[in-house]
Amino acid sequence: MDEKEVFQKVVAILKPFVKNQEALATVGLDTSIQKDLKVNSARLVDIVLEVEERFEIQVKDEDADKVRTVGDAVRIILAQKGSA
Amino acid sequence: MAHVLADSLRVVITGLGVIAPNGNTKDTFEDAIRKGKSGIRFHQHLRDGGFGCQVGGIPEGIEELRTRYLSEEALYAMNSNMIYAAIASIDAWTDAGFERPSPDGEEVHWDTGAIIGTGIGGIDTIGDKLVPGTNAGRVSRLGSTLTEQASISGNSAVVGGLLAIGNRLVTSAAACATGTDAIIEGYYRIRDGRARRMLAGGSEGHSKYAWASLDAMKVTCRTHNDAPEKASRPMSASAAGFVPAAGAGVLLLESLASARERGARIYAEIIGGNSNCGGQRNGGSMSAPNPDGVQRCIRAAIAEAGVRPEEIDAINGHLTATFADPLEIASWTKALGLPPEKMPLIHSTKSLIGHTLGAAGGIECVAAVLELHRGFVHGSINCEDLHPELAAYAGRIPHETVDVPDLRLIAKASFGFGDVNGCLLLRKFEN
Repeated sequence: MDEKEVFQKVVAILKPFVKNQEALATVGLDTSIQKDLKVNSARLVDIVLEVEERFEIQVKDEDADKVRTVGDAVRIILAQKGSA
Repeated sequence: MAHVLADSLRVVITGLGVIAPNGNTKDTFEDAIRKGKSGIRFHQHLRDGGFGCQVGGIPEGIEELRTRYLSEEALYAMNSNMIYAAIASIDAWTDAGFERPSPDGEEVHWDTGAIIGTGIGGIDTIGDKLVPGTNAGRVSRLGSTLTEQASISGNSAVVGGLLAIGNRLVTSAAACATGTDAIIEGYYRIRDGRARRMLAGGSEGHSKYAWASLDAMKVTCRTHNDAPEKASRPMSASAAGFVPAAGAGVLLLESLASARERGARIYAEIIGGNSNCGGQRNGGSMSAPNPDGVQRCIRAAIAEAGVRPEEIDAINGHLTATFADPLEIASWTKALGLPPEKMPLIHSTKSLIGHTLGAAGGIECVAAVLELHRGFVHGSINCEDLHPELAAYAGRIPHETVDVPDLRLIAKASFGFGDVNGCLLLRKFEN
């Protein structure tokens, strides 16, 4: 699984939680999940659950707490799944 | 003698929002009640669940409507009760001539509050997700959205954010009197000078869990599963319990001063309101009303309105299709002190939509306000075989809609478990 593929899957997971749908048009690894996409902070719990389910991984609370950008999430997933 | 109140203390209705089993907009609902169109349907999931009553009133077309009104992000954390409350409240707000606020905007409507009641709240979320997930040891997998959906105040909370409410925001509950009671409280908040505008009414989801406990009490109708549109039979000799239903009815209440200032269309005025409890004495109980309490409630609302009983043109009753219907009409008759043939026109919106529980007062007040505004009284269906105790009222209970161009005053009452009562006097707006 490469970075691009993980990135696309993460964006798809984020989409239903994004209040600023326009920001999705320019989403990149540096895009802030809360500041740019305006995701409600409470929903980060649901996003982690979705990530765990779709990628079949376990995300530690301390790792989840550090996620700020889309790239942060992608890196945590790649670290567990390994890159192709 | 009529009260003379300053415009800031007079409360008018300037917006209507309704999600009912027989119509999910103000216009389709008006058309449905005029035509005597029932919103009661057979529901296979109730038969599969072993319900005695397999019919119910579930608003239709909501899948399409909800994505038109609400974002995917908002819907992620909303159950049916919250969705109905949200759409009806948005409709009441925009019907009154206001724009729906932008989610990114900074303006808060400090002078506008909301009292949106519910009878049972988010029990579909509790039954479908919270309890099974917790019992299966999957607490860490429940996600973030169950608190707001399982909270009693979930319906008003979601409205607060969608409409940038800045005044009092609360969910109230008074069982089947909830919606009417919420409107009475909203009316008083404006009269007290604590708000200029209040969204007020009630909402109820269509959870089978809510209906199961009623079914178990054998208070719902189990005689018409094969003829759903005939199942809701208030005032009928063959009434055999109410038909459970869901939806929302929300009114935008506004001080007359505020309405005049912005040149708003005024549907009607609230000129009296009263809530009380019969104390579960003298025939009253958890599930039956003390007739003294009912009569005192109606009399107090009429006294506040400063009108004579004979001035009341129509009664939109609670009238659910249980044994209590003849008792209710006896109480109206005693409270008004009029002989049966001189009583106002008596009608039951529940004959068309069933009993929407905590939403009932809200939806039925929307019906009453539309009737005053347009000059008609809708017919009550399914009571061709009028209850024998109501024979003397036969001429006062229309089965089909009647045009009443000079319709001026409607009394609306709701009664609920706990022996609670609420009565409103609604008048066509007159300068």
